[in-house]
Amino acid sequence: MITLSTKPLTERVEAVGGLVDMAAYENAGGYEAARQAITKSEPEAVQGLVKDADLRGRGGAGFPTGVKWGFVPKGDAAGPGHKYLVCNADEMEPGTFKDRYLMEMDPHLLIEGMLIAAFAIGADKAYIFLRGEYHESFKRLSSALADATEKGYVGRNVFGSDFSVDLVIHRSGGRYICGEETALLNALEGKRGQPRTKPPFPPASGAWGRPTIVNNVETLCNVPGILSNGVDWFRDLGIGNDSGTKLYGVSGRVNRPGLWELPIGTTIREIIEEHAGGMQEGYKLRGILPGGASTDFLTVEHLDLPMDYGSIQAAGSRMGTGTMILMDDSVCPVAISINLQHFFAQESCGFCTPCREGLPWLEQLLIDIEEGRGQPGDLELLDGNAAFIGAPGNTFCLHATGAMEPLLSALRYFREDFEAHIESGGCPYRERGH
Amino acid sequence: MATIVVDGVEFEVDEGQNLLHACLSQGLELPYFCWHPSLGSVGACRQCAVIQYADADDTRGRLTMACMTPAKDGTRISIQTETAKQFRASVIEWLMENHPHDCPVCEEGGECHLQDMTVMTGHIQRRYRGRKRTFENQYLGPFLNHEMNRCITCYRCVRFYNDYAGGTDLQAFGSRDRMYFGRTTDGVLENEFSGNLIEVCPTGVFTDKPFSESYTRKWDLSSAPSICAGCAVGCNTFVSERYGRLKRVHNRYHGELNGYFLCDRGRFGAGFVNSTDRIEHVGERVEDDLFDVLDGEVGIAKLAEMIRQGDVVGIGSPRASLETNVALKTLVGEAQFCTGMSSAEESLVDLIIQTQRATSADIPSLSDVESADAVLILGEDVLNTAPRVALALRQTVRNRALNLAGEAGIPQWQDAGVSSHAQGRLNPLFIASVLPSGIDDIAADLAHDVPLNLADCGFAIAACIGEASGSEPGFVRKAAAALRSAQNPLIVSGTSTRTRAIVEAAGAVVAALESAGKVPRLLLVAPEANSFGSGLIGGGLDMNAALQRVASGSTKTLIVAENDIFRRAERERVEQALCTVENLVVLDSLDTPTASLASLVFPAATFAESTGTFVNYETRAQRFYCVFEPRNAIAPSWRWLAQAATDAGRDDLGWRHVDDVLEAVAASPNMAGVRAVAPDAGYLGSSLCKTPRETPRFSGRTAMNANVNIHEPKTSVDEETPLSFSMEGLNRDQPSALLPFVWAPGWNSNQSVFKFQQEIGGAAAGGDPGVRLLASGSIGTMPARSASVRSDGGGVDTGFRLIPVQAIFGSDELSSRSPPVVERSSAAFMIFSPMDAERLGAAQGMGVSCSVLGATFAVTVDAAMKSGYVGVSVGFTGAEGELPDGLIALAVDPNYRPTPNPHDRVIARG
Repeated sequence: MITLSTKPLTERVEAVGGLVDMAAYENAGGYEAARQAITKSEPEAVQGLVKDADLRGRGGAGFPTGVKWGFVPKGDAAGPGHKYLVCNADEMEPGTFKDRYLMEMDPHLLIEGMLIAAFAIGADKAYIFLRGEYHESFKRLSSALADATEKGYVGRNVFGSDFSVDLVIHRSGGRYICGEETALLNALEGKRGQPRTKPPFPPASGAWGRPTIVNNVETLCNVPGILSNGVDWFRDLGIGNDSGTKLYGVSGRVNRPGLWELPIGTTIREIIEEHAGGMQEGYKLRGILPGGASTDFLTVEHLDLPMDYGSIQAAGSRMGTGTMILMDDSVCPVAISINLQHFFAQESCGFCTPCREGLPWLEQLLIDIEEGRGQPGDLELLDGNAAFIGAPGNTFCLHATGAMEPLLSALRYFREDFEAHIESGGCPYRERGH
Repeated sequence: MATIVVDGVEFEVDEGQNLLHACLSQGLELPYFCWHPSLGSVGACRQCAVIQYADADDTRGRLTMACMTPAKDGTRISIQTETAKQFRASVIEWLMENHPHDCPVCEEGGECHLQDMTVMTGHIQRRYRGRKRTFENQYLGPFLNHEMNRCITCYRCVRFYNDYAGGTDLQAFGSRDRMYFGRTTDGVLENEFSGNLIEVCPTGVFTDKPFSESYTRKWDLSSAPSICAGCAVGCNTFVSERYGRLKRVHNRYHGELNGYFLCDRGRFGAGFVNSTDRIEHVGERVEDDLFDVLDGEVGIAKLAEMIRQGDVVGIGSPRASLETNVALKTLVGEAQFCTGMSSAEESLVDLIIQTQRATSADIPSLSDVESADAVLILGEDVLNTAPRVALALRQTVRNRALNLAGEAGIPQWQDAGVSSHAQGRLNPLFIASVLPSGIDDIAADLAHDVPLNLADCGFAIAACIGEASGSEPGFVRKAAAALRSAQNPLIVSGTSTRTRAIVEAAGAVVAALESAGKVPRLLLVAPEANSFGSGLIGGGLDMNAALQRVASGSTKTLIVAENDIFRRAERERVEQALCTVENLVVLDSLDTPTASLASLVFPAATFAESTGTFVNYETRAQRFYCVFEPRNAIAPSWRWLAQAATDAGRDDLGWRHVDDVLEAVAASPNMAGVRAVAPDAGYLGSSLCKTPRETPRFSGRTAMNANVNIHEPKTSVDEETPLSFSMEGLNRDQPSALLPFVWAPGWNSNQSVFKFQQEIGGAAAGGDPGVRLLASGSIGTMPARSASVRSDGGGVDTGFRLIPVQAIFGSDELSSRSPPVVERSSAAFMIFSPMDAERLGAAQGMGVSCSVLGATFAVTVDAAMKSGYVGVSVGFTGAEGELPDGLIALAVDPNYRPTPNPHDRVIARG
């Protein structure tokens, strides 16, 4: 009897205890899923499996991957020219390092996932749009790509089939907004990294005006397992409504900050207390950014929520990348807000007014409050501006919406801290010596 | 049509449009910045936010950007809901964080779209406490000021400059709240349409440099509708003055012609009106370069005496109005009248008129040009001879993107979506030209050759269109195939190479397309504002015949109206004639080589000081109105001629007003339509109903001359036009030809132009101005291919064959005497093939002298130039006139020193 894996993303890394090279990957059955799919299956069948498995985008938005693939026009409807698969490896979300782990430890898993995805959508050109600072990922992916190319797994006539696909690793110039899929495509084309108008949507008209699918690293890494082990296995991996496993991470004052592959739907409490070893002595948990910097704060009352798309959304936040940042009771909520808003203001592409001009103003207001220059009415100014800047649709893309999520929720959950700053004319946390 | 509901009121709107367009069309006040009727929507500024409701039961709705939302049937929105108003005020508040409070010293103040929108949203109180960000500004050349601190980052400048006008040296740099719009380094903005940034920028980042050197607020300007004198396109302009100085030229919207945009020659080329070289008095020659000022009456009496003595030949001008040309023609009689074009030019213009008449192909307006889906340019460098046509052609090829977007379900106004989908796919444009041109970047294919070979290329395309297959070279075959498979093929050619066969070939291509069942269009350009008017008036003598007649001594008096004859024939021929004739009478606005030889000089009014009519390349007659009263003795040429003729006892030139002349013009062949072009002085009957040239906010009129005389001068009464020299009158609902400026309540900037259109981007309210004089359509016969004399190129030993090369800044006579255009012009140049340059021992930076032309030229080397031929900058010093035929000897001038130029790079030719 074969025991099916419960950690399809990380089991090989754990077994090897480090980088999974070509030999180790193939020993563990690697590239079999791609070989079988490309030589024996049909693109529609592969799309169908991924759709049935209910694999949802692991970049943060949670869009069903198989459905997205289905938007790519087929046959003559696609018109002449290339189709593109782009792997979004521009992991710039603060606190997030899950894609980096996969690319540094098991690069062939991503390459195999991309081979299958490219086959499924009929793409003959594939790009890995890699965060510029990920030097080690670049090194290891490049080396893995060279090995895969040499073996005939990438390039012309993959596995001896009629299917050919070129894979190019493109290192980003380094802007957070380039993680937004249409800004990514602009950057890939050598244009300003700013989001595009939709429509057209990338599956219809993306890179160079051609059908393009953009998928996150973790999403693509889930594909080989689905093909090897089947739809039911994948669906059963999840605890709640969602399917598969998820790389969860924790940073903050916990005993064991880190990254774990767990069934999707594991509770926040279990992740923090069992896997991250709980809070360090003397620190109490106050706030949780569940899926990176651009998600709403949750608090201790949300600890028993399962980390899946629906539950976290119902609680007013987003699972996002699934890598949480914890705020303990020594951290000033105003200071953390400055830190976050500084990042988002700096990373605004500068295209639309509320984001470009609104975010720096909010950062300045927060600095005023933190440094004792807050004035009565500043919180109302923050509320009003943040609501206008943050409502989806008020800005061109969702950058500012993401920026306002932690601010609006901080103003809601930690309002007394903001008020105390203004009333006392300074930061109470500094006075307490933190 | 779609029915939309705005704040509970139903409106019928164009379904294909966005909500902002729809609301503005209905006269609703909705502020915006980044949207532009010609540039479409991108959703950058977020200023046009409205509340959109899902259905009639939805009372909350959600904020949406009107410019990014289609006006679908049943759409329900609110502009007035408090949330929408607050959001729009917030957008202004965000923009004002960094916008300086320098309105009092900003050239845009008083006509600033940002000011208007700020007032419209009601944002009045500053809550931002931080510092304003600052930038370093750049030197951008003689046309534009740059003041980046004022920038509100609407992206209009780069969208116009790059996407619409094809520029490459203005970019959006940086990110977040440090966006910078400029060049990589200081330097001249190269694009030929850069001046439009003045009007495209919603605030004062790009302002008019010549204007700001002698600045006046919009409300203190006195303006009149005018027609650009820079080329044969006839773009409509607003020309403004104060203190009797021409201050600036702005675009006057014309739905069929210039739309929202002018070229830089047109915008900055009118500065000659203020020139110190103006002739301001009647002068009688005493000796070389010395004239006695005569009283006007005395001058008229002297001219009358000459007229009485008879033997008068008259030379008109394609840069003068129909009125002046007809006055001179009437005075001297057809047999003694020459249009003033060079012989070669005139025969080409005649050929064009004959061709346009014979073909059923329409002469396209510029909006027709933009609707073409395949274009062949044959031998004409439109960017340098009729620049606005080149800008239209950029839209022609870009329209492929609109078609592709349509197929993909992307609305045409979604500018960024349309572009990102099209990825630079263009409608086919084929250019056969002597040299590379400034629009080669949008061409599907190029062919460079000498003019007669270009004509052969055209004839080969014509032949190929009729054949199913052929063995022609790639360019010919591809161009023929593209034209044959197009819905709206367009052929563009003209006179700039002075080659008859090229125009004939253009006609042949059109004829071939017609035979193939197509409905082609044919656009043929000639160089000057009234070239086609002159061609339609015609004369009994061509230039060479006129000069020969004068040189033969049988002519007592030669009257030259607004023309420098040295630009119309070879120097020797002109000198012989002008030195032989007993009386040389010159009427002109500027001192010219011809005027300085005159025995009697009359000061002529320019287009800015007189009212008249030009006929453009479409044969559209258009009226320009006097902007301000000329100083000293300056008067329209026709008036000097009419007064002298009357003084001499003639009874057929007893014209008192321009309308009287126009009546005489209308009686000429082809000219019946000219009276309908624009209202005459009697429009609306009463002087109280005249259209004011001054704005309702005009200030200081009791004080503006107080340094001279504290008594307020009596306001002049304009008996010539339906306009008044005051702020009184009726500036409402007049025909578009009479619109003196755009200004509407709440809309002080030129963005108010939509209030003066039938629909946004459509025809001007009351119809686009102008009347086409020629109906096209199978009148007469298509000119046959003439037998060209084939002549080979020359070489270093035998001399070179000269080919005229045009430059946007420098080839045109009047604009090249406008200071900012002078600054952009280069020295006279010659273009050699690399081989010829090497054999001649010449290289870039050196000079070659030409004894025949009596001048030295800067050497330029271009690989596309055919060996044995040399391109010569026509209109420039040494090559003002017609280039000599035959092989011309050239030699390196060892004493040549390039003219030092203070700027990093001067781009005279597009």
